[in-house]
Amino acid sequence: MTFERNVKGLLGTKLGMTQTWDENNRIVPVTVIAATTNVVAGVRTPDSDGYNAVQVAYGEIEARKVTKPQAGQFAKAGITPRRHVVEIRTADASTYTVGQELVAADIFAAGEEIDVTGTSKGKGFAGVMKRHGFHGVGASHGAHRNHRKPGSIGACATPGRVFKGTRMAGRMGGDTVTTQNVTVHAVDAEKGLVLLKGAVPGPKGSLVVLRSAAKKQEASK
Amino acid sequence: MTNVINQLEQALKRDDVPAFRAGDTIKVQVKVVEGSRSRVQLFQGVVLRVQGSGVGRTFTVRKVSFGVGVERTFPLHSPIFESIEVVTRGDVRRAKLYYLRNLRGKAAKIKERRDI
Repeated sequence: MTFERNVKGLLGTKLGMTQTWDENNRIVPVTVIAATTNVVAGVRTPDSDGYNAVQVAYGEIEARKVTKPQAGQFAKAGITPRRHVVEIRTADASTYTVGQELVAADIFAAGEEIDVTGTSKGKGFAGVMKRHGFHGVGASHGAHRNHRKPGSIGACATPGRVFKGTRMAGRMGGDTVTTQNVTVHAVDAEKGLVLLKGAVPGPKGSLVVLRSAAKKQEASK
Repeated sequence: MTNVINQLEQALKRDDVPAFRAGDTIKVQVKVVEGSRSRVQLFQGVVLRVQGSGVGRTFTVRKVSFGVGVERTFPLHSPIFESIEVVTRGDVRRAKLYYLRNLRGKAAKIKERRDI
C-alpha cells in the first residue's frame, strides 16, 4: 500500500488567534501555530514496512517520562525524546533522513493551502439541537416543555425498536477534526510560527497536524 | 503561550495614534486606493465609541454630511491611516454616545472639556 502523493507535514501547538493585515490593508483573522523542534524520528519504506511514510516527532518531554519502548525508538533514531510522534503518509518518504530537523519555513510557504487536523473542544453531554443541528420543537402553539427535544425517534410496532445510529443527545466534541484548505498567511522562520488564515480545530495549547492539502494537490496534477 | 501572540500584536500596533475617547472630535486621514493611484480622504467627526482591546481595538466616528448621519468604524491600528488628529476634547458622561444618533442640530453638540 504505497502512497502516491507528496505530502509535507509538520506538528505544532495551537497558540491562539489574533488578527493582522494583508497587502490590501484588509484585516485577516489568523491562528498562530508554534511548529518548532520538529524532527524526523523514522522513515517507513515499502520494502521494510509495506508502506511509505515519514515519522515526525515534536514537543518537549522529560526523558524520565518516556516509556522504555519509546525511549528505545528515540535512541535508535539518535534524537532526544519528544512528546508526540505522528506518521505522515507521503510518496517522497525516502528523501527524508532520520534525525533530520524539519523547519517550518522550509516546509510551508505563505499562500499555500494545507489541511489542519486537531482534537475539537469537548462540549460535554449536548442535546440534539447543539449536537446534530436539529430544529427542536416550536416555541408556542401549545408546545409543552419540549422546545429542545428531538421529537419522534421512530415508528410504532413495526419495527418496534429504535434503529441503530439514530442521532440522539450525548457526548459532543473531543473528536479528531480536519479543516481542509486552510491558507498559510505567513511563516515566521525566526520564532518557528505558522500563521494560518481563519480558525482551526481544538483548544489553545493543543496539538495540531499540518499537512499539504489533500484536495488541492489532486486538482493541480 | 499568550506571550507570543502579545509580541505579534505589539509589532502590528501603531504608536503614532493619539489618545482619544468618546466625545472627542477627531480628524482621520484615510488612504484610499482608486485603481493605481492613491489619495487621502478626510473624515472628521465625533467619536461615538472606542471598543475592543489589543490590536483589534476599533473606534467609530460619526459626522453629519448633507443632513445625513454617516458613521465609520475603523480599526485603531489599521495601516490605512495617514494620520489621526484630535480637534477638540468633548465633555461627556458616557463611554458610548449612541444617544447622539437621535439628536439633531444644537442638541447634538458636545461641550468642550476643560482640564483644570
